[in-house]
Amino acid sequence: MSEPTSLVRRLEVQLGSKMVSGVEVNGETTIEVLPENWLAVARMLRDDAAWQFDLCVDVSGVDYLSYGQVEWDTTDATSEGFSRGVEGKGPGRFDWAHRPRNVDFPRRFAVVVHLLSLNHNHRLRMRAFCADDELPKVPSLVDIWPGVNWFEREAFDLFGIVFEGHPDLRRILTDYGFVGHAFRKDFPLIGNVEVRYDPEKKRVVYEPVSIEPRVLVPRTIRDDSRYEQAEAEREARNK
Amino acid sequence: MEEIRNYTMNFGPQHPAAHGVLRLVLEMDGETVVRADPHIGLLHRGTEKLAESKPFNQSIGYMDRLDYVSMMCNEHAYVRAIENLMQLEIPDRAQWIRTMFDEITRILNHLMWIGSNGLDLGAMAVFLYAFREREELMDCYEAVSGARMHATYYRPGGVYRDLPIQMPKYKESRWHKGDDLKRFNSWREGSMLDYLDAFCADFPGKVDEYEELLTGNRIWKQRTVDIGIIPPDLAKAWGMSGPMLRGSGIAWDLRKKQPYAKYAEVDFDIPVGVNGDCYDRYLVRVEEMRQSNRIIQQCVAWLRANPGPVIVRNFKVAPPSREEMKNDMEALIHHFKLFTEGYCVPAGETYAAVEAPKGEFACYLISDGANKPFRCKLRAPGFAHLSSMDTIVRGHMLADVVAMIGTYDVVFGEIDR
Repeated sequence: MSEPTSLVRRLEVQLGSKMVSGVEVNGETTIEVLPENWLAVARMLRDDAAWQFDLCVDVSGVDYLSYGQVEWDTTDATSEGFSRGVEGKGPGRFDWAHRPRNVDFPRRFAVVVHLLSLNHNHRLRMRAFCADDELPKVPSLVDIWPGVNWFEREAFDLFGIVFEGHPDLRRILTDYGFVGHAFRKDFPLIGNVEVRYDPEKKRVVYEPVSIEPRVLVPRTIRDDSRYEQAEAEREARNK
Repeated sequence: MEEIRNYTMNFGPQHPAAHGVLRLVLEMDGETVVRADPHIGLLHRGTEKLAESKPFNQSIGYMDRLDYVSMMCNEHAYVRAIENLMQLEIPDRAQWIRTMFDEITRILNHLMWIGSNGLDLGAMAVFLYAFREREELMDCYEAVSGARMHATYYRPGGVYRDLPIQMPKYKESRWHKGDDLKRFNSWREGSMLDYLDAFCADFPGKVDEYEELLTGNRIWKQRTVDIGIIPPDLAKAWGMSGPMLRGSGIAWDLRKKQPYAKYAEVDFDIPVGVNGDCYDRYLVRVEEMRQSNRIIQQCVAWLRANPGPVIVRNFKVAPPSREEMKNDMEALIHHFKLFTEGYCVPAGETYAAVEAPKGEFACYLISDGANKPFRCKLRAPGFAHLSSMDTIVRGHMLADVVAMIGTYDVVFGEIDR
């Protein structure tokens, strides 16, 4: 074949410095783009005859806070027993007052879009990290693919990512008058308020949550010999 | 002259044609829709966030509850995402079973759709006919998993158990007796594959019955022909998939274009529409039922001839058999670890899409190497479809909004997640 087949290589050639990085894992291509190049790259990917990504199938917000953090130490023995398993700040294990704070994590928020080209039958994942954690911002793709409208509203609603240029950036999935961004990693799984019907006031009232945050299984990352062995066996099979 | 103003009306969330909990704020100029603003989220349960707090296997059951009329297809997207990251090799028989149940699910979904869409547009009888066949297929769900709807049958590495060698029979009761009982049980003498063979031989005739009621029906055509036309460019711009895209004449089907499970090995056709109106999408879905029937027949034939394992023998992801567990310490430890801590999925990300009955249903999974997903984003076809509501129904009459909601095939379990 004369042309380089790998999508990443071709994108590298065409995008040059606009692409921060690109990888291909298991046949899935991911590129990272800076928010300032977001629109230009997206437009090129849609319009260029070599790409023709005419469908934007998915837009997803991601909060990378607590990425790779575990609640169960698997490398050291301990004399403290089981408590190491039930204490932790993993998803579902804290309430609003005890949410993880002051965690230093560079560039928490990212927007990930999945593009699909019907003519060439290939997919591409494109990611942009927001520069500012306090006010994460990314330009809106609505002018390029009108279908991302609700997807961006969803990412705004659940992660608080602001899409600049979006015509109608309202909340979409959460309740009318909801406070906070529910899918952020420092938002408690149990939420902050609960709702019930008050027979005296004859209306629905909001109250602070009464349930305890509780998750049984600790978050664990294991890379001990069993997993290494499985990896080695797989490689041996693939040879 | 008196001043004439547009008025705003609320459609739903308790309207029977709103298919669940859609609240549609319509700005009307007389009978004509000027603007439609769907308010969704009334069924939002935070499935994606719940999944982050649980080991991978414990979230499979949540997937059933997304699009609750095409349960196993949702599971398929989720378990495929895990399998992609873990690089699992799935036994052939499990893949054929998945292919078969995906198609059973497709028929289940389209039957629900044809029934409720008919009901919305005034064709009462179709609903009753469609539910008759739905019942027969739900029995397959029940036979294989124990649950009629929320099966949790697909597991990373395969499916939970092999197909039953015996179909449960009806017992004599006040409702089932005499010749009726004999007729009900006549398909159920043999295995589940025999039952499905009998069903598949019978089903095309049943589809003819629905078509008899609708395809040439003057009222049905008045309500659907030239209503809600979606040109191909618009369909692409709004990220549509499935019958919505095919109804507009684009021959795109993940089962053909990016085959998964055993779709590359079965023979079937993709029906496409011409005008992109509600009637074309109706025809596409009806034809898809016939094609699904063909696929099921091929799966049944293969499954009958090829016994074998239905889940990987890798005790990190799939439990050992009960028998092994009772006799072998190692197996017992595996069992215990799997059902308490679960398994760790290598760090990475993947996007696993399946052609669900409603369109492209996908799971975008990010793992940081832990025993729980770091992020699990579920891409629901209905979400993308419904977002185009405003663009499509502008200028249509109020009654056409109902036709449009019907043709979108919306289910709020997946849209609100």
